[in-house]
Amino acid sequence: MDWNLIGIWVAAFLTLSIYSVLYRDNPFYRFAEHLFVGVSVGYGIVLSIYQGFIPFAWNPFFAAVTGESAIGFIKLIPICIGLLFFARLSPRHTWLIRYPIAILIGFGAGVAIPNVLRANIFEQTRGTIAPFAEIAAGTLSGWGIFEAVLMVVGVICTLTYFFFSVEHRGPVKWLSKVGIAFLMIGFGSAFGNTVMGRVALLIQRVDFLLNDWLNIIS
Amino acid sequence: MPNIDRRIVFILVALAVIIPMLLSVNLPVSVSEPTQKFYDYVEALPAGSTIMVAFDYGPSSLAELNPMAKALLKQCFDSDIRVIGITLVVDAPTLASALIQEVAAEKGAVEGEDYVFLGFRPGAVQVILGMGTDIASVYDTDYNGTAIGEIPMMQNITNYDQIDLLVDFASSDTVESWIIYANVQYNQQIAAGVTGVIIAQMFPYLQTGQLVGLLSGILGAAEYENLVGAPAKGMKWINVESFVHLLIVGLVIIGNITYFIHRTREE
Repeated sequence: MDWNLIGIWVAAFLTLSIYSVLYRDNPFYRFAEHLFVGVSVGYGIVLSIYQGFIPFAWNPFFAAVTGESAIGFIKLIPICIGLLFFARLSPRHTWLIRYPIAILIGFGAGVAIPNVLRANIFEQTRGTIAPFAEIAAGTLSGWGIFEAVLMVVGVICTLTYFFFSVEHRGPVKWLSKVGIAFLMIGFGSAFGNTVMGRVALLIQRVDFLLNDWLNIIS
Repeated sequence: MPNIDRRIVFILVALAVIIPMLLSVNLPVSVSEPTQKFYDYVEALPAGSTIMVAFDYGPSSLAELNPMAKALLKQCFDSDIRVIGITLVVDAPTLASALIQEVAAEKGAVEGEDYVFLGFRPGAVQVILGMGTDIASVYDTDYNGTAIGEIPMMQNITNYDQIDLLVDFASSDTVESWIIYANVQYNQQIAAGVTGVIIAQMFPYLQTGQLVGLLSGILGAAEYENLVGAPAKGMKWINVESFVHLLIVGLVIIGNITYFIHRTREE
């Protein structure tokens, strides 16, 4: 039995079932949709168990209990803290969930805040003003100078739009309006790229149907 | 026009995909600066260098990201650059493993010597930070279950210090996680290939040098295939994509014209 061929026919049937919703809602679409959701969740759970729970929780726990690895007992501490998440299932013990959440938030904030500040604030600020050092040194082309100035204007005007401590009147209003224009250009660019991405998905499925399934493209 | 059945638009889009695909239309593909930077950086790496490739995408983004990942793997194996594959996304391992093995078989790359796929580990931030100290503390085995100490190419690789470039093929915010934790904390050089949906938010990182190169969706894949000299799905699909874009632009123009005519008549 050629399992590859069967796989291609199943994939073709499911592809056509999903696209059938473009005509109208129907049982084939709902079957394919539910199958996709079920398979995705099931696959994710199995993989999380085998590549997450077993190597990082079960094996150390088993090793500690059987005495294979004394250091395994140290890992019992995070395992027990993690298990406190299930306290949510018991109304009497729900309060215990605060501890793992507090640890997660504390760890997350402690690790993330300095790095996020550097990556998304300091580096971006440096990137915005750095071209002006090149302008001062005379190493930037005419187009580069235009880009650098445009970027600074865009940053200032867009930030002004989100500055709510003063009423948007007079010069602030006009800066804010220019900021809106920059935002619209940004959203337009993002939407255009999204269209490109979605069309690529369609092209890939049509290529599969014509090439792998019907075999009518050389 | 305002009351046009939307299914007519669907049929037009379907025809705009099917007809160019059947006719095998070939349009020229130019190379953008972010793609050229990406290619040049990899090309400048000496033989024996190591690239870590994070396949952070699932089946839903395969169309855009698989072609660019394939082109990069071909370039690496042709240039004797070793590849360590990993993923932070739970539904990626099977796809990523199959892709690496397909390209490796085509190029004659040997598992364990030229490439290794370590698979998935949960907790993206912990994985990224953990590998900064010791990769083996996060991945004690590869995807096949071989102990990492028994894999020849991993003998001299401990952490990011031995990784010359990290490439993230992503359909979500994992690129930002790699930048925030691997680049900021460990000064790891990073390049990215992303879906069209998230490309706009990646350009600031390229401008600041936090990304050394950037591939944008199916267009980036086509450009990279062109540079590598291995035309494949990316170059084929971008030709079809151009026809659909022309159709969409035409529909937007027609829609706006009819909207203004309709409004003028109402006034």
